[in-house]
Formats: sequence, structure tokens, C-alpha cells
Amino acid sequence: MSTALTSVATTEVTAIEEANATLPKDEERHQPRRVVLTRVAIAVVAAIILMFPMYWMLRTSVATSDELSTLPVPLWPQDWHWENYTQPWSQYPFARWLANSVVIAVLSVVFTLAINLMAGYAFAKLRFPMRNLLFLLIISTLMVPVQVIMVPQFQMVIDLHLLNSNWGVVLPRLAEAFGLFMARQFFLSVPDELIEAARIDGAGHFRTFWSVVLPLSKPLIASLVIFTFMWRWNEFVWPLIVLNDPDAYTLPVGLQFLIQQFSSNFGPLLAMSFLSILPMLLVFAFFQKYFVEGVARTGLK
Amino acid sequence: MTTVVTRRRAPEPPVRAGGRRRVASAALKAERRAGLLMASPALLVFTLFMFIPLALTFWYSLQRYSGFGRMRFIGLDNYAAIINDATFWTASLNTLLYTALTVPIGIVCGLSAALLLNRWMPARGLFRALFYVPVVISGVASGIIFLRLFDPIVGILNQMLTTIGLPAIDWQGNGTWALVSIILVSTWQGIGFGMVVYLAALQGIPREVYEAGTVDGAVGWKRFIHITWPLLRPTTFFLVVYSIIGSFQVFDVVYVLTRGGPGTSTTFLVQYAYDQGFNQRRQGYAAAIGVIIYLVVLVFTVLQWRFSKSRDDA
Repeated sequence: MSTALTSVATTEVTAIEEANATLPKDEERHQPRRVVLTRVAIAVVAAIILMFPMYWMLRTSVATSDELSTLPVPLWPQDWHWENYTQPWSQYPFARWLANSVVIAVLSVVFTLAINLMAGYAFAKLRFPMRNLLFLLIISTLMVPVQVIMVPQFQMVIDLHLLNSNWGVVLPRLAEAFGLFMARQFFLSVPDELIEAARIDGAGHFRTFWSVVLPLSKPLIASLVIFTFMWRWNEFVWPLIVLNDPDAYTLPVGLQFLIQQFSSNFGPLLAMSFLSILPMLLVFAFFQKYFVEGVARTGLK
Repeated sequence: MTTVVTRRRAPEPPVRAGGRRRVASAALKAERRAGLLMASPALLVFTLFMFIPLALTFWYSLQRYSGFGRMRFIGLDNYAAIINDATFWTASLNTLLYTALTVPIGIVCGLSAALLLNRWMPARGLFRALFYVPVVISGVASGIIFLRLFDPIVGILNQMLTTIGLPAIDWQGNGTWALVSIILVSTWQGIGFGMVVYLAALQGIPREVYEAGTVDGAVGWKRFIHITWPLLRPTTFFLVVYSIIGSFQVFDVVYVLTRGGPGTSTTFLVQYAYDQGFNQRRQGYAAAIGVIIYLVVLVFTVLQWRFSKSRDDA
């Protein structure tokens, strides 16, 4: 859908690299001191506002319901009730939800990666009948919300006896065009000469893909892994439809179930919410640059 | 790389024309086979879980069906019912209103953040990361966080408002304020994405453009209006279309924060479709709403397509 944007983005990325390489740092820093200070001040205020909800989650997560209902609620915790982080584990199948979320995210990543890397390469570099038509068809579904196809998909999951199973969540969501689009755009930028050279050396198409192209695709693989993991980890509507048995819940579905269970006792609820996003925050902290690169490379989805 | 190729090609023994063609067609066949084989898992998955369901959605939309038992063909009755369904129109209007407000706010916030953090400053990387954090958090967790913040009685937001002498806001009982709360959360979630997209675009503007502008006296606000903003137009267009389509899909936060209420004041089309299909068990009706959502999304997808194509040709 946005091939133009992609080419723009790719040139942009190289432009950034070049600019960073050739520009002396001093020139970049040559701004009036007052301007820099103002910008820092604005950024600090904005960061405080944006991060306050996160802080408040942490603050609330160690509070008792008494402490939270006596106004005014102190901005800093008076007592630290760490049991909020441990008790729900024994009251609810939180460990099961965590395990389900991990299994679903990992399976989704593995299959998405395999399917999209192969198909992305085929659509980018190999000529086969109806290639462009098929690609167009797939890409046209890029923005279709789950709610459009949920009724027949749900029926399909029932017919396949996948209700309340991890596969019922994983399989239907593999039909997501984003990964394929991202992979194809990446492989288009691999020079044809490289592939031809490998072919002339006698390597078949699969071998060329496996031992010449894939080793060059680490940034693509990293972005695909991270985005797929994030989306499947955070996914809500589809698991909500497929999973009815509390033991089969994923973390987001389990959390919304906990809202009713805890009603006004927000301490444990927010403690569990924090635990559920912690893996994502860690992934983001360690692989930050791939989030940004991924967005830039694909022409921003 | 090219030199390698030509050198390798040179010592090839001369082949008769017919033989070469046969070799070529064999190679073409191999390529075709490999291509189809490698694309087949994706084609299978998309056929099973996207194309067939899409077609079936149209079929289901012509049925009366509870999800169990027998389907009954009722032609266009679901669509006729939708036209007279006040809740459907409320949901459409809410979606429209939400989109009309969220998209511009998101653009302004994303662009401001990008402009703020584009040039060098201390801890720039940290600020960028912090602004992006809400993007990676699940909608359900975000909803729970804000459920606590927006609580009308013990929520910290109202506590702060009353401390500085403002009246407390009924975030959950008042329809307008409930919609505002959803918009606030969506904005919070989206700033990071807009920022990253705009940052990529800003980095792509060549330094010389600005230098030439400086000579012509374009500095500060003038520079933004006459140089930066026009150059960012393709990015802005992309973000607008992307956000419009995205705002048709807002579900998780609404489900947790307001459940579509009070009444139907924060019910959007996707909520309504879900509610009809899985709470009211009117799956045919839900499918009909799905078809309508699909058509709307399709219009915007084509719009974006046409735009990026015309830009390609230009």
C-alpha cells in the first residue's frame, strides 16, 4: 500500500546514517544555550505528564484498598504492600495465563517468521504466475479489523475444535499482511546481483534464500520478531472471543476478568497489570532501536 | 558484484540458440516452482483465515444466526434493520466524532514531540524512549491504569482538580466526559508512534533546504510554515489515513474503561459489532455491521493507495 513511503523511508534511514557519519558533532550541538534549555524543560514536563500514569500504576500496586479510599491519596506510598504482587498468584490461575501468553506469543512469532520470510522473498525476488495480483490481494487486507471477520472465523475455530486452545488464538491471526509486507520491502532492497551470483555458483533457490539472503536479514528478522511478539502479547479482542475457560485465558483477557473480581481493590489489580506489561517493557528497553527501525523501514506500516 | 558475475559468465561454452532457450525455460520453471512453493504457506493461511472469512462475512450478513443451530436466509433484512437501528447510528456518530477529534490531536502531538526531540539535546534518546513507552503497553493494561486515574470519587485526577480549585469531573457518568477520557487515553497511547514516524521524515529533509531557507530569511515559525510543514505533507497524509483506519478499531481501552457507556455514549462501531455478535448472539447482524466497517476501511485503503501511487508516478 505504501511502496512510495517505503522507498522514502529507506532513503531516510540511509540519510540519517550518512548525516551522522559525515556531520561533525559540534555543528549539531551549535544551538543557543537558551534554546536547548527551553527544549529540555518542555521535554521534562511532557515526560512527567506522559509517565505519570505509569508511576501511578506502580504507586497504586503497593497500596491497600483502605489507603486508596481515604482522601487525599498520598503521592508517595506510606506502606509497601508487596503481598499485592504475590497473593493473586494463588487465588487466580495467573501462572496459567502467563504460560498461555508466552506459548501464544512464541508460536505466533515462529510461524509468522517462517511464513512471512519465505513468502516475502518469493514476492520480492521470484517470478511466478499471478504474483502481483496475489500480493495486492493480501496487502488489501492490511487494515481489516478483526471485527469484520470475527463471525466466520469464530465458526471456523469451533469447527476445528480449537475453542479454548492456544492454537485457536494463534492460527487465524497468522493471516496478517503486515509481516509479509515488511519482509517483501526488505528483500526488494537485496541486490539482484548477489542472488544471481549465488545461483551461478550452483545454489538452488532455497539454498540461495537460506544461506545467502537470510544471513543478511538480521535487522528484518529482529523487527518481525519484536513487532509480532508485541502484538500477540497485547492482543485482546480475538483471545476474548476464542477463550471462555478461565484456565485458557491469556494475560489481557485474564486482567479484564480480574477487574470484576477485585472491583474496588485496585492494589493487586495494578500489581498484576504491571507484571503483565513487564516483559514487553524489558523487550522494548533492550531492543529499542528495532522498534524505531521497523517503523521507519516499512514505510511506517 | 557485477564483475564477478561477468567473469563467471565469460567461460561458458557457446550454446545453440534452441538449447539456450530450453535452459532458460527450465530455469524459469524452477523459479516459478520455488516461488509458488515458498509463497504457499502464506497463501494457504490467507485463503483459510482471511479471504474465505471475508467472503463468508457477506454470506453471514444475509442470515439470521445465533451462533448455534440453524441459519436462516433473510436476504437484506439485516441491512434494512441496521438503517432503522438508532444504536447503530449513535455508534457511527460516536466513531466519527472520536475520529474527527483523535486524528488531529494525534497529529499535532506527534509532530510537536518529533520537532522537540529532532535536534540534539541532553538525554534526547531517553526522552524519545519515554514518549514511546505507552505504545508498547497492552490496551487492557492501559485501560486499567486509567480506570484508576479517572475514578470519579477516589481517582487521582479529580483529586488534583479539586486541589487546584476546579470542580471534579464525572468521567464515568457523563457521556461527553467519558468520550473525552477515551480520547485522552488514545492520545497518550499514540504520541510515540506519530513521533517516530515524523522523526524519520524530519531526518530525511536535507540540511541544504534549511540553509537555503535561512538565506531567504525563513527562520523559526516561518521556516516551519514554509519549509518543514510542506515537506512533511506526504508523512502527514499517511499518518492521517493510518490514524483514521486505526480509530475505527479502538476496542480494548473502551472495553475496559467505559464498556461503551454510560448508555451508548462511548459505543463505537467495532464494540457494537462485538456486542451484537457475542453478547446478543445476533451473528448475522454483527456480520452485516462487519461488512459496513469493511467497506469504510476499504475506501480509506484505496485512498491511500491512489495517493502513494500518484506520488510514485510524479
